[in-house]
Amino acid sequence: MKELALIFIPLAGAVLAYLWPSERTRPWLLPVIGAGHAVLALTMLLHPPAVAAGAWLGFDALARAVLPAISLLFLVCAAYGVTYLRLRGERSNRVFVAIFLTLLGLMSLALQAQHLGLLWVAAEAATLSTVPLLHFNGTARAFEATWKYLLIGGTGIALSLLGSFCLGYASLLGQGSGDLTFAALAAQGAGLSHPWVLAAWVLLLTGYGTKMGLAPMHTWKPDAYGEAPGMVGALLAGGMTTVAFVALLRVRQVVDAAGAGEVAGLTLLVLGLFSMLVGALFLLGTPDFKRMLAYSSVEHMGILCVGAALGGAGVWAALFHVWTNNLTKGALFLSAGNIRRAAGARTADEVAGMALLTPVSAGIFVTGIFAVTALPPFGPFFSELRIVRAAFASGHTPAAAVFLGCLLFAFFGLTRLVFAIVDGRPRPAARAGLGQLGESAGTLVPPLVLLGCSLWLGLATPPVLLEAWTAAVAALLPVP
Amino acid sequence: MNGTLNLLVGLAMGLNLLALASGRLPSIIRAAAMQGMVLGVLPLLMEDSFNWLVSLVAAGTIAVKGFVIPGLLRRAVRAANIDREVQPLLGYIPSLLIGATATIGAVALADVLPLRPEHAGSLLVSGSFATVVTGFLLLMGRAKAISQVCGYLILENGIYLFGLLLIKSTPLIVEAGILLDLTVGVFVIGIIVDRIQREFDTLDTRKLNVLRE
Repeated sequence: MKELALIFIPLAGAVLAYLWPSERTRPWLLPVIGAGHAVLALTMLLHPPAVAAGAWLGFDALARAVLPAISLLFLVCAAYGVTYLRLRGERSNRVFVAIFLTLLGLMSLALQAQHLGLLWVAAEAATLSTVPLLHFNGTARAFEATWKYLLIGGTGIALSLLGSFCLGYASLLGQGSGDLTFAALAAQGAGLSHPWVLAAWVLLLTGYGTKMGLAPMHTWKPDAYGEAPGMVGALLAGGMTTVAFVALLRVRQVVDAAGAGEVAGLTLLVLGLFSMLVGALFLLGTPDFKRMLAYSSVEHMGILCVGAALGGAGVWAALFHVWTNNLTKGALFLSAGNIRRAAGARTADEVAGMALLTPVSAGIFVTGIFAVTALPPFGPFFSELRIVRAAFASGHTPAAAVFLGCLLFAFFGLTRLVFAIVDGRPRPAARAGLGQLGESAGTLVPPLVLLGCSLWLGLATPPVLLEAWTAAVAALLPVP
Repeated sequence: MNGTLNLLVGLAMGLNLLALASGRLPSIIRAAAMQGMVLGVLPLLMEDSFNWLVSLVAAGTIAVKGFVIPGLLRRAVRAANIDREVQPLLGYIPSLLIGATATIGAVALADVLPLRPEHAGSLLVSGSFATVVTGFLLLMGRAKAISQVCGYLILENGIYLFGLLLIKSTPLIVEAGILLDLTVGVFVIGIIVDRIQREFDTLDTRKLNVLRE
């Protein structure tokens, strides 16, 4: 029952938001619904409900290991949204608030889906529903970004449908009963037709990899994250990518059971390292600090894939990294939004001296960049350290070397751009236009909370999370 | 029965080539619409006896793929008052050659892959692969937003063909969800096309070039 509540509370909230008469009070629905969702998700984290065998939907170990992170991220973004939408009072927020809540419901559905078809339907619906959020700013650039997102994302989603069909056909050829839940597919094991499983893996990896933003299918990401409001970028970079990553983990489980685990591991490793490399190289070149966050996200999706390719310890570290990356990236997107609004521009040529104009946001941004480039004692340091250790322990020394090299490049790229923006003398245009777009508690507390969570995960990871990740790994990789 | 089925799939494969060779937007839209209608009939042929639900899905598919979406696209062409030339990034002859090669390759590939006995003689798998490749060619090789949407439709037609292999084993609710998602997807694309037309005063996607490194 509770797993349905996780989906229907936000969806009901979306309907309510759409019907809500007042523009001024409507944004308050975001934190109210978000808080309800977060309380429920955290309760379920502490007291996991049983999952019925053969159910299409369930709060299983994997959902338990990641869903609370997204719920938490949503709550903080929602709190930020109250102030943000007041600042953007010139645009109607009816569709924005309703869609933002819908997205939470659909992501909860996708994370809990135990059925191949249901997972696809939820992921596709979530992709489509983000479209109005991306062009909220209504500029020509925003529409260009939306068009590219739709075309590339739509193609990726179509490929994952074809992959799902291939996996279904593999099961049918193996005299399957037509039950396409992940548990039933994995139980069929070696009975699945091998060529079709491989075809399915390639298509699903391309399809969900596009959604996750793995290179070379990442090209929509800088455009979309660059043009969308900061809180949307935070939820996309933290939530939607996690949905796609969880989908890949679930499919991987079936591919493993079918005896093609080695191919799957190798492709994940290569694609992961390639994404890290592409992300790091573009970080060295981009002049735009919002697009920079997108390339950093591409790099971190690579890190997740590398972790997932390295066996039990690696998957554990990847789940840890989902939490640390989501929360730290959230802080970065929200503070970058503050800086972007105050500066009125977003490239290093036009923006400088933001440490004087928006001191707190600039401080959060710089600290967040250090956290995301793995400075101890923030969370990402520990999750990435565990991935490197898993790589050495499993004999992937060259991969570990490339991994560390990419982290170094990314560090150079990120710090280069961030200090160009924060340091120096503010541009006169930005100084004149500051006025009401300056900093306020409503736009500063949310990113600070996320940064605090990232620090907390690093210093003292709650034991219940450690236990949840261990349970998820045990469910994904049963000891033969 | 397999004969009729293969005839229709073969017709759909022919329409792929027609779409690749079309130089004008209305003819690409017509090819995609006709292909959608042909595919809509297929589930009826695959049933042994009359089935209400399958007929309903078939009717829905024919209506959406054959009339609603092409109607929207034609309206967009008229409203935007755009030049009807397709403006290929990849010429017609190379497109056709690649399309024909892909069709032959798809037939060869389907022979190699293991199939269930009841699908062994049918063109469904090869038709599906050939149509997916055609969709990709149109998506990448044409500059106008409308022709890219047609490419997307043809790509989806290819996936739909593959889905027919599973029609007896997947629950209808999933099929319905998929159909709904695809429809909504094309509607959303349509709205964005409209907005792009208003913002940029063109539907030539080569003009969408502000965002890049």
